[in-house]
Amino acid sequence: MILQGLFDVLFNGLSIGAVLLIAALGLAIVFGLMGVINLAHGELMMLGAYTTFIVQNAFKPLADTPLFGLYIFVALVAAFLVAAVMGLFLERQVIRYLYGRPLETLLATWGVSLILRQFVRSVGGSMAIGLVLFSLLFWGGQALLRRRPDWNQLQGRALAVLLPLSGAIALVASFLLNGQPALAKPWFSARNIDVTAPGWLRGGLNFAGLQFPTARLFIIALTLVCLAGVYWFLQRSAWGLRIRAVTQNREMSACLGIPTDTVDALTFALGSGLAGVAGCAVTLLGSVGPNLGANYIVDAFMVVVVGGVGKLVGSVVAAIAIGTLTYLLGSGNVPLWMTQLNLTESLKPLFDFFSFFATTSMAKVMVFALIIVFLQIKPAGLFPQKGRGAEI
Amino acid sequence: MTATAPTRPNQSKAWIKEVALVGGFALVFAVLIPLLIPVSRLQILGRFLSLAIVALGIDLVWGYTGLLSLGHGIFFALGGYALAMNLSLQLPKDVIPEFFGLYGVEDLPAFWEPFKSMPFTLLAVFVIPAAIAGLLGYVVFRNRIRGVYFSILTQAALVVFFNFFNGQQKLINGTNGLKTASAQLFGANVGSEGVQFKLYILTIVLLMGAYGLCRWLTSGRFGRLLIAIRDDEPRVRFSGYDPTAFKVLVFGMSGAIAGVAGALYTVQSGIVSPQYMDIAFSIEMVIWVAVGGRGTLVGAVLGALLVNWARVLLSERFPEVWLFFQGALFLIVVTVLPDGIIGWFRDGGINKARAFLGFPPKSRTFPAVDLDENIQREREMVDAAPPASGESR
Repeated sequence: MILQGLFDVLFNGLSIGAVLLIAALGLAIVFGLMGVINLAHGELMMLGAYTTFIVQNAFKPLADTPLFGLYIFVALVAAFLVAAVMGLFLERQVIRYLYGRPLETLLATWGVSLILRQFVRSVGGSMAIGLVLFSLLFWGGQALLRRRPDWNQLQGRALAVLLPLSGAIALVASFLLNGQPALAKPWFSARNIDVTAPGWLRGGLNFAGLQFPTARLFIIALTLVCLAGVYWFLQRSAWGLRIRAVTQNREMSACLGIPTDTVDALTFALGSGLAGVAGCAVTLLGSVGPNLGANYIVDAFMVVVVGGVGKLVGSVVAAIAIGTLTYLLGSGNVPLWMTQLNLTESLKPLFDFFSFFATTSMAKVMVFALIIVFLQIKPAGLFPQKGRGAEI
Repeated sequence: MTATAPTRPNQSKAWIKEVALVGGFALVFAVLIPLLIPVSRLQILGRFLSLAIVALGIDLVWGYTGLLSLGHGIFFALGGYALAMNLSLQLPKDVIPEFFGLYGVEDLPAFWEPFKSMPFTLLAVFVIPAAIAGLLGYVVFRNRIRGVYFSILTQAALVVFFNFFNGQQKLINGTNGLKTASAQLFGANVGSEGVQFKLYILTIVLLMGAYGLCRWLTSGRFGRLLIAIRDDEPRVRFSGYDPTAFKVLVFGMSGAIAGVAGALYTVQSGIVSPQYMDIAFSIEMVIWVAVGGRGTLVGAVLGALLVNWARVLLSERFPEVWLFFQGALFLIVVTVLPDGIIGWFRDGGINKARAFLGFPPKSRTFPAVDLDENIQREREMVDAAPPASGESR
C-alpha cells in the first residue's frame, strides 16, 4: 500500500515538476542569460495555449480521420512560432531600451502582460482590423518619412504626429466597425476555452496496478525533448556559443565581433518560444483562460531562484524537488501513511502539522517557507555561478 | 528634525513654506472638498487618500532605498485584518462572530483573543505588519539577496499569504473576508455617514503624519544613507555601514505605514478580504509611485490619487479599456517618464519635449544667451558638479 503511495507521489511529483520545468525553462534562459525578469512569460504561455486552440479548430474538418490526432504537433510548432514572434516584437520595441535596469524591465513586462491579458479577452474582428490599420499607418508612415534626408531632425515631431493620428484613425475605424455584430463579437471572450486532447493522449497506461495518464507522460516526454533541444542549442551550436559568450562578458564579446543585439533578440525569442510550447502543453491538463499565466509565473520563478541562475541542471533539480514536495504535502498522503502505520497517536503534533498543510494552497505555503529556509543556506541557489562575474 | 534643525535663514524659510503648503492642501481636502461632494463620494476619496499612504511607504523603500517590493499587499491586508478582527469582536460577552457558525467552530481561535482590546488592535495595526516586513526583510537581506530576487521573493510571499488567508475559513473566514460596515465603533455604526466623515478626516491627518515621517526620515543623514544604498550598496558596505540593518529598518517602517493604510482603507470600504493580497494590486501600488515620481514624496501621493481617479473614471465607463490603459501606463512610465510627473517637471521636461519635437527650447532670459552654444558649453564646465542622485538603480 505504502509502496503504491510512494510511486503515486513520485509520478505525480515528476509530472508536476515537468510542467513547472517546461514553464520555467524559457524563463531560466531569459533570466539566466540576459538578467531580464519577464513577467509577461505567463502571458506568452497563454498565447501558446490559445494558438493550440486555434490550430485544433483548424483541424476540425479532419475530425474523423487519424490525422486529427496529429494536430498537437502542428500546434506545438505554431505555439512556439507565435510566442517567439511576440517575444521578438517585445524585445525589439520595449526591452531593448531597458537592459541594465532590471526593475524597470520587470514593470514594463508586467504592463505588457496586462495588455495581453485584456487583448485575448476583447480581441474581435473590429479590433483586429483597427490594429492592422494602426500598424500600417504608424510604421508605414515612418517608413515613408524615413526616406527624407532630414529624418533625424524630423523624427521626434513625426512620432508625435503619427502616433496620435494613426491611433485615432484606428480607434474611430474600430468603433465604426463595432456596429457590425459579426465584427464586434470577441473571438475568445473572457470565458475559458477547452482544448480536447487527441484520442491517443486520453486514457492512461496501467502499470503495477497504477494508472499513468498519457497526457502527463506526454508532457514529461515533451519536457525532456525541450531540455535536450535547449542543451544542444546552447552547448553545441554556433549561436549557442555566442549566447554563452555574451552571458559571460558582454563587452568582450562585442569587441570580438559578436552581434550582441542579435544575440539578445535571439535569446529572448527562444525563451518566449519555449513559453509558447509550455502553454501548448498545459492545454492538455484542463481548460485554459486569459489568466492562465498568473497560475504558473510565481512557481516558475521559484524554480529559477532555487535552481540558481544560468544553469539548466539547477532548474531541472529544483522543478522536480518543488513538484514532488508540493504534491507530497498537498495530496494528504503523509497523514494517510501515518494512520496506516498507526503512528497517529504517538506522533500527534506531526500528524496535525501534516494534516494542516494537506491542501494544495497550504502546501504552497509550506513549500515557500522551505524555499526561504533553503535560501538561508544557499542564497544563490542550488548551482550558483562561480567566478568573478558572478553576483546575485 | 531637532538634531539637524535648519540654521540658515533660507533653509528655515523653505521649511516653513513646505509646512504651510502641506497644511494648506490638508485644509483644502478636509474643509473645502466635503462641502462640494456628497459623503458617498467622499468615502471614495478617503480610500484613495489611504492608498496614498501606502504609496508613501513604497516610495520610501523603492524610490529612496531601491528595493522594489511587490508584496506590500501583505502588510496592507494585515493592517486591515487586524482592525477588522477587532470590529467583528464588538459583540456581547461569549458570543463569537457569526461566520464561525458556518464552519462549525464553537470556540474563538486563540489568536483572536487579544484583538478584543482596542489599544492592542491599534498597536497591532502597524506593529504586526512591521514585524512581518522586518522578518521577511531580515531573512532576505541578510544573505545579500537583492534587486530582482528580492522583488520575486516578495511576490512569492504575497502569493503565500494570499493562499493562507484564502484557505483558512475556520480561522479568518477565507475568501469571504471580514465585513466591517455594520460593526459598532464607540457606539456608532462604522458604515454611517458621521463615522465615515470622521474616518475621512482621520485619513487626512494620518496621511500628513506619514508624509511628515517620511520627510523626516529622508531628509537627514538617514535619508542620505538610504539613497547611498540605492545607488551603490557595496560602497556603503565598504564605508563601514551595515546596509542590512538599515534596509530591514526601512522595510519594516514601510510595512507599518502600509498596515495603517490598510486599516483605514478597510473601514472605508467596509470589507477586508484576501483580494487585497492580489498580485496585480501590489504591483499597481508600485505604478502609483512611478507615475507621480519615485524618490519624491509628493509624487507618490499625487500618483496614487491620479491613477486611482483615472481608474474610477475609466472602469465606470469602459471597463475593458482600464487594463489596456494600465498596461500602457506601465510601459510609458518606464520608457518615457522614468522619474514620473514630478521628476519630468523638475528636469525641465517641457523644454526637453520641445527639443524632441524639434523646436528650440523656450527661454526665460535673453534668447541669444541660452541658445549660444559657446555660452552653454562654458556654463556646463562651471557647474560640472555631479548630480545629487545617481543614474543607476
